[in-house]
Amino acid sequence: MPFARAMDKAELKFAAADPACTVLAQGGAEGGIEMDWLFKFPQVSPEALLAIKRGIDGSLKALTRLYGQSIENSFYPLQRILTFFENVMTGAPWPLIILVLAGIAWFASHKGSVVAGVVGTLIAIGLLGLWHDAMLTISLVFAATIFSIGIGIPLGIMMNRLERFGGVLKTLLDVMQTMPPFVYLIPVVMLLGIGRVPGFIAVVIYAIPPIIRLTDLGIRLVDKEVLEAADAYGCSRSQKLWKVQFPLAMPTIMAGINQTIMMALGMVVIASMIGVQGLGLNVLQAIANQYFTQGIFNGFAIVGIAIIFDRISQAYGQRLQKHRGGAA
Amino acid sequence: MSSNETSIEIRDLYKIFGPSPRQYVDSIKNGLTKTELSKVHGHILGLNNINISMPGGKIQVVMGLSGSGKSTLIRHVNRLIEPTSGSILVNGRNVLDMPETELREFRRTHTAMVFQRFGLLPHRSVIDNVTFGLEVRGMDKAKSREIGMRWIERVGLNGFEARYPNELSGGMQQRVGLARALSNDASILLMDEAYSALDPLIRTDMQKMLLELQKELKKTVVFITHDLDEALRLGDSIAILRDGEIIQQGDSQRILIHPADDYIRRFIKDVNRARYLKVDAVMEALGQSDTGSMPKLKSGTTLEVAAGELTSSSFDTAIIIDDSDRPIGAVSLRLITAAISSEGEAEVK
Repeated sequence: MPFARAMDKAELKFAAADPACTVLAQGGAEGGIEMDWLFKFPQVSPEALLAIKRGIDGSLKALTRLYGQSIENSFYPLQRILTFFENVMTGAPWPLIILVLAGIAWFASHKGSVVAGVVGTLIAIGLLGLWHDAMLTISLVFAATIFSIGIGIPLGIMMNRLERFGGVLKTLLDVMQTMPPFVYLIPVVMLLGIGRVPGFIAVVIYAIPPIIRLTDLGIRLVDKEVLEAADAYGCSRSQKLWKVQFPLAMPTIMAGINQTIMMALGMVVIASMIGVQGLGLNVLQAIANQYFTQGIFNGFAIVGIAIIFDRISQAYGQRLQKHRGGAA
Repeated sequence: MSSNETSIEIRDLYKIFGPSPRQYVDSIKNGLTKTELSKVHGHILGLNNINISMPGGKIQVVMGLSGSGKSTLIRHVNRLIEPTSGSILVNGRNVLDMPETELREFRRTHTAMVFQRFGLLPHRSVIDNVTFGLEVRGMDKAKSREIGMRWIERVGLNGFEARYPNELSGGMQQRVGLARALSNDASILLMDEAYSALDPLIRTDMQKMLLELQKELKKTVVFITHDLDEALRLGDSIAILRDGEIIQQGDSQRILIHPADDYIRRFIKDVNRARYLKVDAVMEALGQSDTGSMPKLKSGTTLEVAAGELTSSSFDTAIIIDDSDRPIGAVSLRLITAAISSEGEAEVK
């Protein structure tokens, strides 16, 4: 083998050039047994590791057995709200839904093109027979987004104001954003079973980081001189926040809301694994059974909904920025 | 308006930037230099032993180049920056002793500030920017709007009240900044390089407007600038700052005729002396000769105007009269020429 020959040659050359190196290499070969620890990481003994795993899993199971029911009960109001959203979306006559969404699009953008795009996408989804599933998906994403905004913006403001809290939260957000969703689905499913509520929680965990981060960022990016002016005119901290920082951070916060919606939609397929109905479930079935067309129809329906949400929230964000020119 | 009584006294003010500034105040007082402080101890000396006494109702200009500490100094008056040591007395009350709520109240009612880059709120219309200070104070909307509209008119922006700042030119934006400050009806007006970002013609307009308003409002104005012409035109009193230290204080006449050092001499070299020097500073005692037919000039006339008057008359000496028309001195073309052409220390009295 020419490659091995070349390697030999190179090694020879190397050894010849540096006699000290030869000695070391020989020493390494002879003392193979003693040097073993260098190549095998000193890990905790398998028995101890097993005990740790068993201990944690065992106590989580015990926790589930003991409190599972009461935890589930405490989420009952949330369950009611989610069901209510679902019933509204699936129960309402389809022309009404189209009309309402078109109205929202018009209010947000004041652009005929956005409204036409929204109506066209909805009609296409309906014609493909995915209306009911799409409504289920929209209702979940809508609920998760509202909840994420409601929790995320205050958290973002706190992150900005409380330095230590912000540091802790930042690490937590890093974990939330990089931890594979399947991992945190395990305890959620153990505690709450499968269904709407665990699906909703999974979606929120996945979708809330951008709105928190961008609220904090938006407030931090507010022009120093404007803040100084607010101080110079005797603003209290809350006046400064609500009259200056928050309105000026609004475009960035809108970008955060937009990202949150997109992440929530991206999560619906994974959420369907724990019993969330809608377009995600169809995709999951398509994967399991290798139904390519079903997969692609439902996939495009999700994309269509994403584009609707995206255009509406973007257009609204841009209208907010109307008076601000290029300045940040 | 009884606001013209507000005086500002800055005493022994030091500002050191760095992680533990307090421990170096004494060393600075004992002669540690700025360079040593920064090289050996890693702290920056922002302001070094500043003492200024600003009488009420006058325009105090603080002039210096960038890095001289002038913007730091003005921010001490309303305590946007905390000093390391010293005191700032406004009407005898030390701003530095005020607890937070009192300080906020002081900022709301006693001071108003105009910024170099305007510091306007881009999401608010002109009128909402102008009434910002009143809104913060909790004044009801109708009343603050009425006051705001009055000032918008005064600064020449009628018809623009519903516009947004980014729809206005720089000069107009600064008018909004000025209207916002004046709406506050504060006795102290802090202007931090307020006109430095404007182009020269608009700057001159704004200077004129400030002087006109000041005639009537008599606020205690602290005006920061890097432009000596601006300082000479506006300042009732001028303090020149370099490297955080005041190197000369006095009115424009004093600075032009008796510059404290070469640094200032270099500064005033390119200034049009005839425009800023006044006849009072160069006149000599009245002679015995017949003064009846000589041209009369009011005290406070600039040399530029005096020279023009004399040139168009048949005399080469004019009588200076005070406000009650009493002659107080005389000035000749020779004196005027000497004062205009002399660099730095003039031989005039």
